Amino acid sequence: MTKFDITRRGVLKTGAIAGAGVALPTIFTKRAHAYTNEPTGDTVTLGFNVPQSGPYADEGADELRAYRLAVEHLNGEGDGGMLNTFTYGSGAKTELSGNGILGKKVEYVTGDTQTKSDAARASARSMIEKDGAVMITGGSSSGVAVAVQALCQEAGVIFMSGLTHSNDTTGKDRRANGFRHFFNSYMSGAALAPVLANAYGTDRKAYHLTADYNWGYTTEQAIRESTEDIGWETVNAVKTPLGAGDFSSYITPVLQSGADVLVLNHYGGDMVNSLTNAVQFGLREAQANGKDFQIVVPLFSRLMARGAGENIKGIFGSTNWHWSLSDEASQTFTRSFGEKYGFPPSQAAHTCYVQTLLYADAVQRAGSFEPCAVVEALEDFEFDGLGNGPTLYRGADHQAFKDVLVVKGKENPESEFDLLEIVEITPVDQVTYAPDHPQFAGGSLGSCNNGA
Amino acid sequence: MDAIILQILNGLDKGSAYALIALGLTLIFGTLGVVNFAHGALFMLGAFVAVTLNKILTLSFTTVDETRTDFLGNPAKIETPYVEAWFGPEVGGWMIEWSVPLAILVAIPVMALIGLVMERGLIKHFYKRPHADQILVTFGLAIVLQEIVKFYYGANPIPTPAPEAFKGSFDFGALLGFDPMTIIYPYWRLVYFLFAMVVIGAVFAFLQFTTFGMVVRAGMADRETVGLLGINIDRRFTIMFAIAAIVAGLAGVMYTPILSPNYHMGMDFLVLSFVVVVVGGMGSLPGAVLSGFLLGILQSFASMSQVTSVLPGINQIIIYLVAIIVLLTRPRGLMGRKGVMEE
Repeated sequence: MTKFDITRRGVLKTGAIAGAGVALPTIFTKRAHAYTNEPTGDTVTLGFNVPQSGPYADEGADELRAYRLAVEHLNGEGDGGMLNTFTYGSGAKTELSGNGILGKKVEYVTGDTQTKSDAARASARSMIEKDGAVMITGGSSSGVAVAVQALCQEAGVIFMSGLTHSNDTTGKDRRANGFRHFFNSYMSGAALAPVLANAYGTDRKAYHLTADYNWGYTTEQAIRESTEDIGWETVNAVKTPLGAGDFSSYITPVLQSGADVLVLNHYGGDMVNSLTNAVQFGLREAQANGKDFQIVVPLFSRLMARGAGENIKGIFGSTNWHWSLSDEASQTFTRSFGEKYGFPPSQAAHTCYVQTLLYADAVQRAGSFEPCAVVEALEDFEFDGLGNGPTLYRGADHQAFKDVLVVKGKENPESEFDLLEIVEITPVDQVTYAPDHPQFAGGSLGSCNNGA
Repeated sequence: MDAIILQILNGLDKGSAYALIALGLTLIFGTLGVVNFAHGALFMLGAFVAVTLNKILTLSFTTVDETRTDFLGNPAKIETPYVEAWFGPEVGGWMIEWSVPLAILVAIPVMALIGLVMERGLIKHFYKRPHADQILVTFGLAIVLQEIVKFYYGANPIPTPAPEAFKGSFDFGALLGFDPMTIIYPYWRLVYFLFAMVVIGAVFAFLQFTTFGMVVRAGMADRETVGLLGINIDRRFTIMFAIAAIVAGLAGVMYTPILSPNYHMGMDFLVLSFVVVVVGGMGSLPGAVLSGFLLGILQSFASMSQVTSVLPGINQIIIYLVAIIVLLTRPRGLMGRKGVMEE
C-alpha cells in the first residue's frame, strides 16, 4: 500500500525551495535585455552610493548635494551649471542639452555605504537588482570604491567612482566597467615633492604616520618615493589604526626620532585628530636638526580643514579641486552649488558632479546605455570646461589625467570657507605616469561586461 | 629614560579619562547592581555639553558689510556673537575663549538631570532583570543617544579649543634636567590630570566623610540590612547614579580640547573602561582608579615605535592581554573583594 503523506514539514520544505527559486537574484536569471537594467521607459535610474553614516558622512552629504544638482542640470532645471562650460577636446560643446540622457528623464536612488565595504556592496547590489540602476557612482573611501567597482564589473553596470585616492582603484584593482575622475596618491606625491623641496629644502628627514588600510599604504609609498627622489630621507613609517581617536602616543616619539618633517597619511577624522595632537605637542614650534619642524598632509579637503581649525595654517597638501579656482567652469559650478545650498562645494562634491556629467555625455555620444558602448565612449576621451582644465580619460587604466592642485592652509582666512590657498597648479605632464608604473602594476582592466 | 617619562606622562591623561569613567561604572555597579553600557554615552554627552555651550556663546547675528564680498561675490555677511554685543567684545570674547572651563558649571546640573531621568525613566525597570537584559537595554540607549547627537551635530569631530593660556606645551624635560625639547607636554593635559585627581578625591571624600556616603557604602556592602534599618537606600542610590553621570560628564567636558568630540567617542572609551573595571576588581573604587591609570600608561608604552616594531599590533591588544593575565592569576581583579558578582 502506498501512502501519500502530505505533512506540514513537507509542504514547508517544498515551499521554501520554490521560494528560493523565485527569489534568485534577477541579475542572474533575467535574459530579456541586451544588458543589465536596459532602460525601456522614458526614464533612466542612476544609483548614488554615498556614506550617509559613519566617519565620512559629511563628505557623503556633500556628494549627495552634488548629485542632486547634476540631475537637476541634466533634466534642464536650474541654471545648467557646467553643462554650459563642458567642451570636448575638439572644442565642440557637449551634446547634452538639458533634456535628460538620450531624451530620458534622469531619476536616482541613493544608498548608504556607511564607509564599509560590505555595506557599500549590499547597497549597490540592492540599487542594481531592485531599483534597476544602470550606473552606480559615489563613495568616499578607497576600500569602498575597490569593492563596489568589482561588484559593478560582475553585475554589468558602469561604476563612476567618487572620492577615492588610492593608487589601487585604477592600479592593481582596476576594472573595465570602472572610471575614476579623482586624482591619486602617486599624483599627490609627484605634485607635492617639488613644492616641498622648494619650501623646506632637499635635506630633510621624514617620519610617516599612516592610516592602516589600502589608501594609507599607497599614499605612504607615493610620498616616500617622490620625496626620496628629491633627496629626503625616510626615518620611520608607523601604521596607525583607523579611528584611533587619540594619536598622542604616536606623535610623541616623532621628535626623538631625529626627524624634522612629519607626514600624516591620514584622512577625515583621523587627520583632524592626529594634526591636532601634533600641534598640541608643540611640533610646529619645535626645532630639529637645526631647522624648523614641518608637517605635511598629502590629501587635503576643505571639510577636513574646517575640522582641524587653525591647526592647518601654513601646512602643505594636495587637493583635486578647490572652489576658489578662477576658471570659468569652476566659478560656474561654485555659483550654482553655492546659490542652491548657501556654501561652496567640496572637492568630493565636485568630482561626483563631474562624474555624473561625464557618464551622461558618454551615453549621449554612444547613443546607448549599453556599458560596453559607454566604456568605448569614455576611453581616451578628452574634455575641458569641468574645472580642472583639459583632461584625458586614459583608456589603458580608466584614470583621468589633469592638473593637480598643491594647497596650503591659509594664514588669514577671509571667510569660514576660505581655508586653503592654492600654492601651485601642477601641470598634468608632471603627474602623468605609465600604466604599468610599479605603484600601479599587477592590475588588468579585463573586458567590459554588459551583464544580463 | 626621557622616552619612558614621556610615555608615563602620555598615559596619564588617557588614564585619567579611563579612571573617571571606570569610577562611575563601579559606583553604579556597586550601588545599583547594573552593568551600565550607556556610561560611555554619558562621557560623550558631557563633551557635547561643552560643544553646545561653545555654540550658544558664539550664536551670532548677521550684518551686511557692503565693503566686502563673500565667495559668490555678493556683499559679505559679518557675524557678531550676541555675547560680544551684550557684554562688550572683551568680556564676550573671554567667555567664548573660556567656554570649556565654563562648561563645567553647566555640565553639573545638566548631567545630574540626565542621570536622574535615565535611572528613573529606564534603568529602574531593569533592576530585577538578568544582567544580559540590563546590558542590552543600556547598550541600546547608548546607540540612541549617539544617533541623536549625530543627527544634530553631524559625524565629523568638532574642534573645541582650550583657552589661549593653556594652548601651548611646555618643556617638561628641561625642568627635570634633561636636554631641552626631549619631553614636551601640553599644558591642557596636565590640567586634565590635575582636574581628574580633584574629582576623584572629591568622590572619595564624599563617600568617606559624609553621612550620606557612609550610608551608601553600607548599602553597597549589604543593601538589605540597610533597608531593614529603615533607610531609603534606593533614593540614595539614585543620587549616586546622578553623581556617576556628573563624573563621566565632567571627564567628557574637559577632554574636548584633547580630542575633538564626535558622536562615537563614548563607545571608544566605554569598552576599555569596562576592562579597567574588571582588571581593578568589580565593585572596588580604588581598584578602578588604579587600573585606569595603569592601563592608560601601559597602552601608551605599547604604542612606542620601538615596541611596535618588535611586536606589531601590540598597542591594540595590550589592554586585553593584561586583562586576561590578571583574570587568570587574580580572578577578582587587582583589588576586588570576595562576594561581588559571585552569588
